[in-house]
Amino acid sequence: MEFLSPSTLEEALEAKSAHPDGLPIMGGTDVMVELNFDKRRPAALIDLTRIPELAEWGAEDGCTRLGAGVPYTRIIEHLSAAAPALAKASRSVASPQIRNRGTVGGNLGGASPAGEAHPPLLATDAVIELASVRGRRRVPAREFYLSFRTTARRDDELITAVLLPEPSGPQQFAKIGTRNAMVIAVTSFSLALDAERRTVGTGLGSAGPTPLRAEAAEEFLAGEFDWEGGAPLPEAAVRRFGELVAAASRPIDDQRGSAGYRRHALSVMARRALSWSVTDYRKEATRCA
Amino acid sequence: MAATTRTVTGLTSTTKDGVGASPRRPDGTLKVTGEFAYSSDMWMEDMLWGATLRSPHPHAEIRGIDVTGALEVPGVHAVLTHEDVPGEKRYGLEFQDQPVLAFGKVRYKGEPVAVVAADHPETARRAMERIRVDYAVLEPVTDSRRAAMDPDCPPVHEAGSLPEHPEFNQRGNRLRHQPIRTGAFAEAAGAAAREGAVLERLRSEAAVVVSSEYEVGMQDQAFLGPESGMAVPAEDGGVDLYVATQWLHVDQRQIAPALGLPQDKVRLTLAGVGGAFGAREDLSMQIHACLLALRTGRPVKFVYNREESFYGHVHRHPAKMRYEHGASSDGRLLYATAEVVVDGGAYASATPAVVGVASSLGIGPYEVPNVLVDAYGVYTNNPPCGAMRGFGAVQACFAYESQMDRLAAELGMHPVDLRIKNALSQGSRIITGQEIDMPLPMAEMLQRCRDLPMPPERGALPDPGDLRTLPGGVAGTTRGEGVVRGVGYGVGLKNLCFSEGFDDYSTARVRLEVVAGEPVVMVHTAAAEVGQGLVTVKGQIARTELGVEKVVIHPSDTQVGSAGSSSASRQTYMTGGAVRTACASVRAAVFALARERGLVPGDLPDTDLALAGGKVVSATAGALVSLADLLGEAAQGGVVVEETREFHHRPTEMLDPLLGQGASHTQFGMCVHRAVVDVDVDLGLVKVVALDAVQDVGKVMHPQQLAGQIQGGSAQGLGLALMEEILVEDGVIRNPSFTDYLIPTILDTPPMRIEVLEHPDPHAPYGLRGAGEPPTLSSTPAVVAAVRAATGRPLTHAPVRPEDIVGIDL
Repeated sequence: MEFLSPSTLEEALEAKSAHPDGLPIMGGTDVMVELNFDKRRPAALIDLTRIPELAEWGAEDGCTRLGAGVPYTRIIEHLSAAAPALAKASRSVASPQIRNRGTVGGNLGGASPAGEAHPPLLATDAVIELASVRGRRRVPAREFYLSFRTTARRDDELITAVLLPEPSGPQQFAKIGTRNAMVIAVTSFSLALDAERRTVGTGLGSAGPTPLRAEAAEEFLAGEFDWEGGAPLPEAAVRRFGELVAAASRPIDDQRGSAGYRRHALSVMARRALSWSVTDYRKEATRCA
Repeated sequence: MAATTRTVTGLTSTTKDGVGASPRRPDGTLKVTGEFAYSSDMWMEDMLWGATLRSPHPHAEIRGIDVTGALEVPGVHAVLTHEDVPGEKRYGLEFQDQPVLAFGKVRYKGEPVAVVAADHPETARRAMERIRVDYAVLEPVTDSRRAAMDPDCPPVHEAGSLPEHPEFNQRGNRLRHQPIRTGAFAEAAGAAAREGAVLERLRSEAAVVVSSEYEVGMQDQAFLGPESGMAVPAEDGGVDLYVATQWLHVDQRQIAPALGLPQDKVRLTLAGVGGAFGAREDLSMQIHACLLALRTGRPVKFVYNREESFYGHVHRHPAKMRYEHGASSDGRLLYATAEVVVDGGAYASATPAVVGVASSLGIGPYEVPNVLVDAYGVYTNNPPCGAMRGFGAVQACFAYESQMDRLAAELGMHPVDLRIKNALSQGSRIITGQEIDMPLPMAEMLQRCRDLPMPPERGALPDPGDLRTLPGGVAGTTRGEGVVRGVGYGVGLKNLCFSEGFDDYSTARVRLEVVAGEPVVMVHTAAAEVGQGLVTVKGQIARTELGVEKVVIHPSDTQVGSAGSSSASRQTYMTGGAVRTACASVRAAVFALARERGLVPGDLPDTDLALAGGKVVSATAGALVSLADLLGEAAQGGVVVEETREFHHRPTEMLDPLLGQGASHTQFGMCVHRAVVDVDVDLGLVKVVALDAVQDVGKVMHPQQLAGQIQGGSAQGLGLALMEEILVEDGVIRNPSFTDYLIPTILDTPPMRIEVLEHPDPHAPYGLRGAGEPPTLSSTPAVVAAVRAATGRPLTHAPVRPEDIVGIDL
């Protein structure tokens, strides 16, 4: 196995171009597990830890530009206002040691449907930045996940950043695990209300072969929600929203939980996330008034 | 004798670093700084790495094995199959039924088929992939109840499959069936129709009857240090094996015949053990490493990875149980019946002994006049199961304690009151007829546990919104919605030390000498330090018995007699007893020497003498002589006093095969738990808020280590209650990783209030009781009872799954 250690993004892109089957490695929290268990044997590893640009974040055109190599710990510390749902999801990732190493870029590269970052990226309509020697391009998260562990990223491309829109309303994230820390999602859910555009975003994790959206639920809630005053929704509407979220899932039975439980849990999380969002929205509305 | 009660944090000692104090572990600093050498850390310059090819099928005929491809890989030094086993081709703890390397058939997924030694672990694994095994896949036997009851179930081990034991397995897949019959059932024993009639009569006499089926899942010991060790070929044709195990001599007894070597040519030394909990009672890589070392003439090291470790050791027997209890309207138990089937998997391991415990303790610590128990241990093509902390008593305890709660609910009684009403005590007889001839303050313990202060209500927390205090934790599934609190109790009875006629003993060699002007004691045993802290306790006993501060603990090896297993909560009792006995002999020899030298006034008996502060002292005449003066410097021809002694506990009996009667146990231990939980009833997630315990240990030897044992046992039981289960489908483990086999984290483990009672057992050294296992029994039913109280669900499967709580059919 070749080990490539570029020190600039340009070198990294050249390396990826020369070794399209080379596997990028940042924190190694996913890649090293697969290597250690002999589940994967890439021809080359491309170490991205020496590239400063990937580990940076900052404001850019009304968004937050988050380098693909920023560890979850930094996101929790610095982005809980700029990206509330992603920060909440980051807090639920594994253990402190893994949060110190693991990155959103790694989550996107592996594209496991259980990855914590995906539901918030879907719900908030984030954009993934991809780069290659041919140039850079941007793909909305909502178009990024194609099929099981397959994404819109091309073989010669590296994931360089994620663009997180400035929040314009409450954002939630919740994840089910059968212990109270350090657990892979049985299923997870993220909700974002966009007061400016009057739209609703959702993201479902471990609910199908890819991270999913519940589009019917989004449209339903966008129509039902009181965008002016944030009045609480009738119980029937809350219930309907939960049902629509569960209906969008395509879960399986596996060692972590049954499909039936996953659907049930998604509807409960969706209802709760909605009620928390209404509360937050009203607080925000009161503050602005 | 007066009993004392103390909280663990309030314990003090008068003897410096002696019995009752909490001296530091001799290996503690190395362990916390990461410098301790575990068995997986061993290294020799010229060593080879071993790898194991395992069966991909739960059940298959082996038609041929071709190792040619593997031998062609550069760097490979040996590839061995069953044909290369020079001696006995099978080994086993109780039955010699497990192939060193499979031949004829494989009987579980993960069974070793071939081993490779190469100059790099990667090379060994690559070579392994090139071994071709021709399998004809067979239907696996996976239903333990069918294996126990269905005479048409195909046998996992065909009759006559052990050539030297042609009678082997005449009973099909039943490894052991142990019935127990008492009261009216004893009179009807052996005739199913008459037993049925007795049951009908008792049912009609009972005011309340509760019956249910229960299941306990397959729990993993989840030790952190995977199976590992190194075999080094010796010049005398023998082999030296450095290995993490629980019982060096029982390993030696199984390894030497397989190698075709006499016992003394196979020398074992304990390597650093990273936890055991029963999983190291059976052999894993021991014979394989020795075979490869003897074949290649080079040291051979094995280290399993985590996934392989799930296939490399036995697990806790999953159990399917049917219980029925009848009681009078005032809550007095009238009768109990139990059918317990434990799944032993492909090989016997400790299954027969587990059945002996599950049956004899099957009804728990209750006075019941009429009892009918049938416990079965069976062969299947599931992963082999054997010893794990609690050993058959854990499974039964979940069932009988669940039954007690159902009865209490039916009767409208407090669950603690029902238990107290039927509690055993000193002088009671358990269902085998064995008298409890030691203190058993069960009613007092239950009362104390109920009276422990309750944890604060959610609203009284400093920050009720802190996600870490809520079910689901920081994953943020609730801010209080759906959260209901529940309280539950559990009590369990555990046998301590080995049972059923086994001549259980330990050996200690103790030497006293003067080095650099100071008396020094050396303690040598073969006992396995597996993390439990025996290494500390041996030193404490030597200090207390010989009045010497400096104690050196010799590495554990087979150059001294057997210490027995580090299991059954027995080492402080047994090896502690052996060290104490050897110390007493050393002491007597020192007194004799002092007399010989005329240093003891003639009229003073030995009972007036003691060793204290490095001196021979008399209660009446004061200090007589220092050990330094009496013995003289060892290096300059001084006297070295050395004694080796065996310590045996009192004999026990087999259970009779018809009525299950007999004094089969050495000692009984008990722990009582109260669990307080917050359950998110909509999502089925649980936060254990408190898990408090009352345990009688007879005598506290080391307060801090005792607290660790009780906390650890409680946490392991909590794991079984809420998350720990090896999921097996068609004989295949679905979650062989710590990603999907979940054990409690610190956020799952609540603060524990622990009350310790010290009612001494007159039969045991210092009056002590083994302490490691009892908390593992009672915490599981206490936690599940608390979840039931919060949810109203029956919850008959441990661990409880979120699906069970929210009521979704799987």
